[in-house]
Amino acid sequence: MLQNHKLKPTVPRKAPNNSGDEIMVTKDFTAKAPSRRSVLQGMGAGLLASTALPAVAWAQGAPIKLGFQLHATGIGASYGRWYQRTADAAVKVINEGGGIGGRTVELIYEDDATDPARGAEVVDKFVNQHGCEVVLGTLFSHVVIGSAPRAGELRVPYLVCSEGYHVASGMLNRWTLQPGITDVRSQIASMAPWVAANLGKKVAMIFPDFAFGHDHRDFFTAAMTALGGEVVAQIAVPPTETSFTRYFPQIPADTEVLYHVMVGPGVLTFVKELGEFYGTAAKPKMFGFIDSLEAVDIASPGLEFLEGTHFWEAHNRMKPADAGEHEAAYRAAVGVDDKGASVSDPADVATYSHMFSAWETLFAIKAGMEACDYTGPADRQKFVEAMEAMSEMPYGIARPQGAKRFNGKTHQAFGTQNISQVQGGKLVRVHQTSMEDGAYPDQVDYTTQAF
Amino acid sequence: MAFGPFLLLALMEGMVSAAVLALTAVGLSLVFGVMRVVNVAHGAFFMLGAVTAWYVAKAVPGPAVAGFLAALVVAPLLVAALATLADRLVLRRLHYDPEATIVATIGLLYIVEQAALSLFGPDARPVEAPFTWRLQLPWFGYSGYKIFVVLAAAVILLGVYGFLTRTKAGLVMRATQVDRQTAQAFGIDVDRVYAGVFALGAALAAVAAVLVVPISQAHYKMGADPLLLSFIVVIIGGLGSIRGTLWAALIIGLGDGVISMFFSPTLAKIIATLLVAMVLVFRPQGLFGAKA
Amino acid sequence: MSVRVRIWGLHLAVLLGLWALQQVLPPYHANNLARIMVLAVFAMGYNIAFGYTGLLSLGHALFFAAGMYGAGLAVWQLEWAALPALALGLLAGGVAAGLVGLLALRTAGVSFMIVTLMFAQAGYLAILYFGRVTGGDEGFVVEAAGRQLFGADLATDGPRAVASLALFAVAMLANLVLTGSPFGRVMVAMRENEERSRMLGYNPFAVKLVALVISGVYSGIAGAAYGVMFGYVGANFATVQYSILPLLYVLLGGLGTVLGPLLGAVLMFYLVDFASSLTSAYLMVVGVALVVLVLFAPLGVLGTLRERWLKWLP
Repeated sequence: MLQNHKLKPTVPRKAPNNSGDEIMVTKDFTAKAPSRRSVLQGMGAGLLASTALPAVAWAQGAPIKLGFQLHATGIGASYGRWYQRTADAAVKVINEGGGIGGRTVELIYEDDATDPARGAEVVDKFVNQHGCEVVLGTLFSHVVIGSAPRAGELRVPYLVCSEGYHVASGMLNRWTLQPGITDVRSQIASMAPWVAANLGKKVAMIFPDFAFGHDHRDFFTAAMTALGGEVVAQIAVPPTETSFTRYFPQIPADTEVLYHVMVGPGVLTFVKELGEFYGTAAKPKMFGFIDSLEAVDIASPGLEFLEGTHFWEAHNRMKPADAGEHEAAYRAAVGVDDKGASVSDPADVATYSHMFSAWETLFAIKAGMEACDYTGPADRQKFVEAMEAMSEMPYGIARPQGAKRFNGKTHQAFGTQNISQVQGGKLVRVHQTSMEDGAYPDQVDYTTQAF
Repeated sequence: MAFGPFLLLALMEGMVSAAVLALTAVGLSLVFGVMRVVNVAHGAFFMLGAVTAWYVAKAVPGPAVAGFLAALVVAPLLVAALATLADRLVLRRLHYDPEATIVATIGLLYIVEQAALSLFGPDARPVEAPFTWRLQLPWFGYSGYKIFVVLAAAVILLGVYGFLTRTKAGLVMRATQVDRQTAQAFGIDVDRVYAGVFALGAALAAVAAVLVVPISQAHYKMGADPLLLSFIVVIIGGLGSIRGTLWAALIIGLGDGVISMFFSPTLAKIIATLLVAMVLVFRPQGLFGAKA
Repeated sequence: MSVRVRIWGLHLAVLLGLWALQQVLPPYHANNLARIMVLAVFAMGYNIAFGYTGLLSLGHALFFAAGMYGAGLAVWQLEWAALPALALGLLAGGVAAGLVGLLALRTAGVSFMIVTLMFAQAGYLAILYFGRVTGGDEGFVVEAAGRQLFGADLATDGPRAVASLALFAVAMLANLVLTGSPFGRVMVAMRENEERSRMLGYNPFAVKLVALVISGVYSGIAGAAYGVMFGYVGANFATVQYSILPLLYVLLGGLGTVLGPLLGAVLMFYLVDFASSLTSAYLMVVGVALVVLVLFAPLGVLGTLRERWLKWLP
């Protein structure tokens, strides 16, 4: 089941694998944290649940309510829709496998309008109005940063699916965790060695002129410089821009690699205009973050020039030939075909490199809750401690994107990344990074902070 | 890239944005000039035009050009019909009071935007250009369709100008703009003129959107930026002055492209925004308006 | 009962009612009430410019953000305590309004709207441009140390409720005094007929500038309080959305009434909250509400009440 992953967890341990799409509870807590006893207990209970024995020891109580902060409207709406589908699918799988500790899971969605002020209000609503045990699901960084203080005040675990570098940078608080997706700093750092070795060392960067783009600018430039490369231009495009052509002349002629990342509704325009700009003339090699094409069909007219260029993907949109069984099960559960589009509408392309985080976060919540014998709001602190005690998170149905290592101190998960090449109009994986490629020194130790 | 080609590209890009801007702003300017109504929903009409173009392009079989031509007819008609409805049901009942209509059109904007989000979805969706000819210059390539957009906008704007200055309907509109009471005294049905102007303004926004949608995709929030820019253009050009609006569109469109060559683009936007404010402060009648 | 007694009685009763609500409401709604009261202070400031003086601005987000960033950056970058930071925020709002007013008040009507809109847009872009100092679009979290006021922790619900009510009470009573004062009448005179007031010897520019600065002070303290009380400062609060919000509150609650902004904020907040629990298309509900409102109650709830029955309402 791990055959297609170059990197195996340092303490690999196969969890009992049941037949069918039975949920597999994988736990591997190596840390000698204070909650070890409860972790072991949780494992026992988890195993019980996973072998489909009714969890006698666990009261068949009321459903566990989880609050999902959803970008249903506003600029994040494209992502929100897919996050919702993914989360619904994950909860279905979890409930079919016995729920969390024998209790069924109920997801409650509230639209945060991709707005930080509304985000904080929604956190309030989940906890005080709906009685949710934890809050999860936020993608856009400003909503995360706007909501996290309220989660801290309410002392409610807040599990974000954002890939932003706000959790691990120490900006937030002990109640905020990101167990389901690697942060952008690590993603970027892990790309630099491959780009330098395979594409070139003179890089021009084009990125959106706000925090997400600035992370790319700062961390990639630092990584490239450390490798002896050079970033010859940093071209920032203001948010709300709808036309990009006039920025392209700033790309120096001697550029070997064009590093591009763009977000928002203008992404397709961006890549199309890039293609028009170079046309048939000689062009630098291109390396892009798939964000530039998230929810966009790679076969759209005007994108032919991308043939042969490379993309970062967290999770391969087009199913790799050697994909494991869990990848297939995940796609089937969410309703995504092998090309990464909705099974019911091929024009509806998934935000495939981000949405797995909703799935994996839900399974991480299950693992954490079962590890600490979670019974109710009084155990929220125990839950965070149980999460902090996690370390190796192996590949499985709980983690279809791949194995991860959770850093309890920085509250951040780190996994592998993929580099794909456009070949014949398809994204084909050509390289997978190791977790070490994206490693960086801890910036914070949340475990020393008070609750 | 050398400075010359760089400037050439900036100017070409500027022409495209100026053309689209002029088309969008001229509708707003008409509504503003004749009815004294600040139509906040103008951007929503623009967006609706683009979304309609996407649906039409999908529904019409055959080559992309067929869908494009169909959209060029269907979108303005549909959007104009909606505008007429809004005029009948809301604006007329408010007696075109400037402040009340602002609030009402904000409401309209929300309604249209939400309808688009619910029915069309949150994704940006592409519409294929009617042709894919590319111009390859020695220094860079350029989309032939963009050049077509400039020409098409020029033709349409000439048509609008001719309509306003050479036809009876245009005369009636201009008369109403100059003096509503007198126009009424001469037997002009002002209500009908207003309905017509509002519909025409919306239709022009929709045409602009159909032209622009193969360049930038249809998206439910795409109306915000054109709305703001159109406002700037209308004000700079002088309230209700069509010729001023066209000049202002040219200046803003070209200026935006060229300024961002020399400054960081975000800084360029700050400077441009402040410049517009200063023009308004020190020349409230606009750069081209007659002194009040 | 004299009108004066009636007016003060009503407004003190409202304050008492708010206090009572804070005691009995479940935590979610009590916390909403704290937000609403701070936003109502912002709307009150907007009302002083728009409702009383007739200045329809589309740039009040700038003043709100000036207060929020004034206070937030003082805590974040300079490690100030909450009280001086709040004072700085209040000042920042007033200064921003004064500077904008000096230029923008040379225009009127639609031009004034656009000029204020442009200034606010430039302010928003400046926050993004100076991202290394301001935190850019992501914003920043206001640290715990900067949220201590008179020994109370504003990050906890109890002290926050008290603080929000105190702020609202001071703002409302000041508003009441202002509208009853001779200057308040001059403001209204500007709205009703600028030419006539000029002939009576008032300087319209000076009056409007003072009104706008007062409005900016209200917006500034509201922004500062919002940042410090809820712990987050972000560029989102500088977008045009936050210029339109107080306009909607005022129009909904009642143009040129002291209690209108509060009522408008309550109704709007719960309209969104309620509609979003029924349908994801809650913007539609808001849009329809706006249109219906402007068609059938153009003076807002309290404005209509005043016109029909309560002629004495300030």
